[in-house]
Amino acid sequence: MIDTLRLTAEGAMGLLERGELSAGELHAAYLGAIAELDGELHCYLRTSEEPSGDGIPIALKDVISTKGIETTAGSRILSGYTPVFDATVAARVKGAGLSLLGKTNTDEFAMGSSTENSAWGPSRNPWDPARVPGGSGGGTAAAVSAGLAPWGLGSDTGGSIKQPSALCGNVGLRPTYGTVSRYGVVAFASSLDQVGPVARTVRDVALLYSIVAGRDPLDSTTAELPEAVQLPEGDSLAGVRLAVPKQVGDLDAIEPGVRAAFEASLERARDLSAEVGECDLPLSYRYGMPCYYLVAPAEASSNLARYDGVRYGLRTPASAYDEMVEETRDDGFGPEPKRRIMLGTYALSAGYYDAYYGQAQRVRTLLIREHRDALEGFDAIVTPTSPTVAFPIGDKAADPLAMYACDLLTIPSCLAGLPGLSIPCGLSDGLPVGLQLIGRQFGENGLFRIGHAFEQAIGFDTVPERLR
Amino acid sequence: MSWEPVIGLEVHVHLKTRTKVFCRCPVGFGAGENTQTCPVCLGFPGALPVINRRAVEWTIKLGLALGCEIAQHAVFARKHYPYPDLPKGYQISQYDLPSCINGKMLLPTAEGDRVIGIVRAHLEEDAAKTIHVGGRSGRIGGADYSLIDFNRGGTPLVEIVTAPDIRSADEARRFLQLLRQTVVELGISDAEMEKGALRVDANVSVRPTGSDELRTRTEIKNMNSFNFIARGIEAEVERQIGVWDSGDEVRQQTYDFDAATGTLTARRSKEEADDYRYFPEPDLVPVEPPADLVEALCAELPELPAERIRRLEAALDLDRATVLVTGGLDRLWGETVAAGADRTAAANVIANALVGAGVDLGAVSPAELAKLVGARDRIPRTAFDEAIAKLGDPGFSAEPYLTQEAVADSAELEPIVARVLEANPGQVEAFRNGKQGLLGFFVGQVMKETDGKANPRVVSELVRSRLEA
Repeated sequence: MIDTLRLTAEGAMGLLERGELSAGELHAAYLGAIAELDGELHCYLRTSEEPSGDGIPIALKDVISTKGIETTAGSRILSGYTPVFDATVAARVKGAGLSLLGKTNTDEFAMGSSTENSAWGPSRNPWDPARVPGGSGGGTAAAVSAGLAPWGLGSDTGGSIKQPSALCGNVGLRPTYGTVSRYGVVAFASSLDQVGPVARTVRDVALLYSIVAGRDPLDSTTAELPEAVQLPEGDSLAGVRLAVPKQVGDLDAIEPGVRAAFEASLERARDLSAEVGECDLPLSYRYGMPCYYLVAPAEASSNLARYDGVRYGLRTPASAYDEMVEETRDDGFGPEPKRRIMLGTYALSAGYYDAYYGQAQRVRTLLIREHRDALEGFDAIVTPTSPTVAFPIGDKAADPLAMYACDLLTIPSCLAGLPGLSIPCGLSDGLPVGLQLIGRQFGENGLFRIGHAFEQAIGFDTVPERLR
Repeated sequence: MSWEPVIGLEVHVHLKTRTKVFCRCPVGFGAGENTQTCPVCLGFPGALPVINRRAVEWTIKLGLALGCEIAQHAVFARKHYPYPDLPKGYQISQYDLPSCINGKMLLPTAEGDRVIGIVRAHLEEDAAKTIHVGGRSGRIGGADYSLIDFNRGGTPLVEIVTAPDIRSADEARRFLQLLRQTVVELGISDAEMEKGALRVDANVSVRPTGSDELRTRTEIKNMNSFNFIARGIEAEVERQIGVWDSGDEVRQQTYDFDAATGTLTARRSKEEADDYRYFPEPDLVPVEPPADLVEALCAELPELPAERIRRLEAALDLDRATVLVTGGLDRLWGETVAAGADRTAAANVIANALVGAGVDLGAVSPAELAKLVGARDRIPRTAFDEAIAKLGDPGFSAEPYLTQEAVADSAELEPIVARVLEANPGQVEAFRNGKQGLLGFFVGQVMKETDGKANPRVVSELVRSRLEA
């Protein structure tokens, strides 16, 4: 009997290598778990009945193009769209022998923080199915926590990997912008989108990152990693310097339970001989959100222009071309993409460009500088990942601004292009709290070392209490 | 009041790179519909562009040939407009930071070089081709349905924008001839208008002569030959002068020129101005060509057509020099003259007879051509024409034609001349009333009567002496 709730990817690899288990049996075990739990959790939009490789199974967020397998990005407008090509990351995991378990649920075009914006219905949090798993990558995060996949790939624009990992109690990495190819990943906001791994341990995250990262000739914005990925070992934080942004103390949005778990983690770090200091990110917390909500919708309005019903996906028939496009887009896009298309179109309009998109880009340059300065003399910036634990389904669905505020803490470093790792650091009212570690550009190895040491010290049980 | 035209041109040139500008699909004309496509040029979700290095180098090369500054930091931008031939909903182009800026082209004229400013030259992708079926005039409005061929989508295109420095339709034509010859000689484009590899839009306004104001301009599109462009500009200049003279105002408008009727048709004006919502293309990195690359490309530039016209002008005259150079004929001319031919006679034979006969210029032996040029007045016209037509044949020798003699005997030709003049009393009358151009007509008639064996120079003298008697 394979315990998919406890089996790590590394552990599964050992079983396969020692011949104690076949890839087929492993795949079947996860399909069994999916059959048992996914009716309730709705992590998967599609599953693959047969293993496609002889290695570990993997779940891919539905924004990642998979050749021959429908890819909808959580949107009705892409219903029936079957890519004729693999995204580079899909090709890389296939090339490493990984076996595709299925495509996981996401907010439509990765726009959201709860998966409630998925055209195909929300996913649910394995710790409490009445609550959201976070988003947009809630499907992948919930699947990993519920033992429906050992690991998976998500995509992160303003927090879509880190925040669901925090809310579901597992480990998620948003890599340095440019280290993982975006080729074949349905675009939301091109200058921010990054693919990254989600797993139950920091080592598994590092391992999956090593498989997908590195320059891709098909994505001009990628770079070669300056150093090979190192699997972290050891549990010491001696010599590690952590910085807490001054502003975090004043953020009322952070729930007391989250703050308590965060502060306990800082205590733990000091116990492990880390040095905990303070840094200053005034512009980041003041202007990060507004900046993000100009840049991301502007790019989204452009990236979503291609969905016109002409070549693929949904088409609502009409008597003339213009009408067909209008009807298709009206039927195909849900409220959140429509909202962002309107915001973004406005921000890019003649006469408004300088005041909005242009200004946001200048602010972004300041945030990059501010983060670089803040990291002078520190190895990582630490904050809670999400200001709250998982919230009840429907709680924020009617209030876009409340939903946007979920990403308050994850957005600034995304705008700065920096890597961020979320690890579980404790519980608040029985729900997981995430700790966010932000590193320098290409500083993933450092984050893995620190995250791994924390993980050993905290000893968080990633299996949801109700499933133990 | 006298008026002065103010004309600026926007010229689009297809680059003949092996592959498209942002993907690896082959660039080609005439392949089966939608066979040269991929996820990138079809705008599939997640597909990303990658810049074609050669297209960038050729853009820089053209910029250098046009005397432009080459940007050390050029940026691609997205230009948004909804149209089914644009699969991403935006065209990747260059906007505020193009690859080439502030150039100029010298247009040799009898009064010295005219300087035509080049505002910019930038690289972009062509749209796909839409074919509207049914309805009127192949437009989308009223069509039964439309078909899209994405083969052309993503073909590299350089857009060259001139300053409003052009002052006549004829000058526009000469500028375009020189520009076309320049891109052809750079080896970056075939620049064939009939295949859409060179497209021109003209911005036209007029102003009182001597003033330096810029009045409202109109745009003329859809002109598919240099002659049509010149006619279209002429028609628009005339129309605008009429509008101002009648006390009205010229309105900003886009026109299509119909060459068949010589008329301009206003396009349906939009309710709002275009808003392309440009922003820097986040899927591409800036183009930052290293200085040594730009230097190397500069060193590869051949002697350019404008310079060669100036050089030839010293030996010939401006018009002939221009015709030879813009026709790509000057090298053959130089070799033919070196082989002993008279300069002017060689220029006339090459620019008229040889080009008219459709001979493969690369296969012509200058030595044989020089012999024919020398014998042109002596041998029968039929023999000369036949020899010219066969000049490109392998192993062609002029010798058999050189031994034939044209009929130059006045006694033999006089009666034929007399017959021709008697048969055409109307033309004789017209000639005597000053229509000197009819001389050629009479000579032609005599040549026809003699099966081309008469010496045209002798015939011409006979006709003239009879008519002027």
